[in-house]
Amino acid sequence: MSWLEAAPRDFRNELRTLQNAPFGDELAMRLFRLANFALDENQLIHLARAAESCFAGRAAPPPFVALRVGVVGDGALSLLAPAIAGSGLRHQLFMTTFVGEYNRALLDALDSSGSLREADLDMALIVADVRALGLDRAAATAAAASERVERAFDQLRRTAEALRAFVSAAILVQTIVPPLEPLFGSYDRVEAGSPYSMVASLNGQIGNWAAGGNVVLVDIARLAETVGLETWDDPRHWHASKLSFAPSLLPAYADVVARAMAATRGLSRKCLVLELDDTLWGGVIGDDGLAGIQVGQGSAVGEAYLAVQRMALELRARGVVLAVCSKNEDRNARLPFREHPDMLLREDHIAVFQANWADKAANLRAIAETLNIGVEALVFLDDNPAERLRVRRELPLAAVPELPDDPALYPRTLAAAGYFEAIAFSNEDRGRADFYRANALRAAALNASRDVGAYLASLDMVLTIGFVDETARPRVAQLIKKSNQFNLTTRRYSEAELAAAIRDASRHVVQARLLDRFGDNGITSVLIADKRGKAWEIDT
Amino acid sequence: MSDPETLDEIRNIMADVFDLDLDQGSVTPETTANDIEEWDSLSHIRLIVAIERKFGVRFTNAEIESLKRVGDLIALIEAKAAP
Repeated sequence: MSWLEAAPRDFRNELRTLQNAPFGDELAMRLFRLANFALDENQLIHLARAAESCFAGRAAPPPFVALRVGVVGDGALSLLAPAIAGSGLRHQLFMTTFVGEYNRALLDALDSSGSLREADLDMALIVADVRALGLDRAAATAAAASERVERAFDQLRRTAEALRAFVSAAILVQTIVPPLEPLFGSYDRVEAGSPYSMVASLNGQIGNWAAGGNVVLVDIARLAETVGLETWDDPRHWHASKLSFAPSLLPAYADVVARAMAATRGLSRKCLVLELDDTLWGGVIGDDGLAGIQVGQGSAVGEAYLAVQRMALELRARGVVLAVCSKNEDRNARLPFREHPDMLLREDHIAVFQANWADKAANLRAIAETLNIGVEALVFLDDNPAERLRVRRELPLAAVPELPDDPALYPRTLAAAGYFEAIAFSNEDRGRADFYRANALRAAALNASRDVGAYLASLDMVLTIGFVDETARPRVAQLIKKSNQFNLTTRRYSEAELAAAIRDASRHVVQARLLDRFGDNGITSVLIADKRGKAWEIDT
Repeated sequence: MSDPETLDEIRNIMADVFDLDLDQGSVTPETTANDIEEWDSLSHIRLIVAIERKFGVRFTNAEIESLKRVGDLIALIEAKAAP
């Protein structure tokens, strides 16, 4: 977890002093700051306990969102749950966790008198282990293998369906980590009955399931692969306490779970803000000039910076907004974007460009304001450790990842932090970066015009109202889920419930798309009305 | 023969794992899980992992199960860490 700052030596004392601090926003911010250090499994658990006693019985103050989470399935769930709650604080979630009984996920979910049912859960996590699912032993034939996989999948599916009856928001399902030990060797991947192939097949089914939008996939198999199965898998702990993986990986595991939960609440970050000198290219543009900076093919250093730019562009294509915040002369800073032949990033890609000698925190605030997002939606990539510290102190809600010395490792560090975790990918996401850039241009136009009326008239807005078809449905579901400000009832619909409402002849479901001279704003409004004779009642 | 520094380290680790203020002398080779309320089967896992990490050793489950007192733990660590 190299993107996080090392925990202070007196972390435990810091936690202690929180116990006597007065309840309120400041206390919450102190907890949030402590959560954003690289904590080991003990520190995470103590942090979760401290939060629990600080907020006991009261509504968690901002920046936290309260969440009641059930954890069901295989293994030492009571070790997992507090680590997840501790990591949740890093992602603005204050969780109260409820743990199911070992290996009784389905029963926990079905039990009509069970404690989970009474818990008024917002979310549930289904933890599954290859050994408990019986996929760690080979199947004799391909048919037997497929039956075994079906049975395992069916158990997960039925658990999720049963949880659905009393869990109001997301149900998260983990992918399965394959056993480390090969049975045949390389042939495992060929032989359908090998544990390795059965797990791959089950994970494929979980992926398809999640694509339908009814469950949220948490890719623990991918995490295990990233850290390496030899590090991940520690059979001693499975034998002794049914913990599925090495306990020292609890923080990494819990962070992956917590960030997926945060994503379902719309708490993923939205904008990547880039420093320039020695972050996006090697060297200092103001001193070295256009010919002196290092970026592009032909040198290892130049290629490393090119890889950073490529990653930024990839993120932009999936909906992350790009901005620049740099201590530089504006003209110098823009020069490589305009004239350097090897730059991948161009001015068009950058929604807000802040190059000046003002304080970086002030510039980041300006970027957030221009984009009309909170600073908690920002990630700031800066190679300079002193600047990182300063920004963190001024803007603790903004994410400022630690970076290794070698720029070749910047993309990996940024990616590993999972700031931009998504649970869906829609057409709106594909166009979002352009949309925010257009918005920034709109803001500039508003600044330039004298009165709001004239400004609005100058936008040439066109509103198109239509029914909700298959292509519009995911976005409409997302709008209902995420909108708070102009949502009069805040009744939430899952995509399946929305589909039912559309089919229902007694309900009127329409969406509206807004265009103006700066571009397409996409679907911006949704209406669901219940037809009651002459007077229709607006539901959403 | 047991190194007092090992005992000190173990006490520090226990303070972190159990979230307790443990003064010098509050943990001795004779201390067992019964003496510390927070020392249960779950926190025991975290304790062992923290000790393994700190001393760069690895215990087998049989060794872990044979531990009765802090003194056993010290002996085991010192046997493993000995060159």
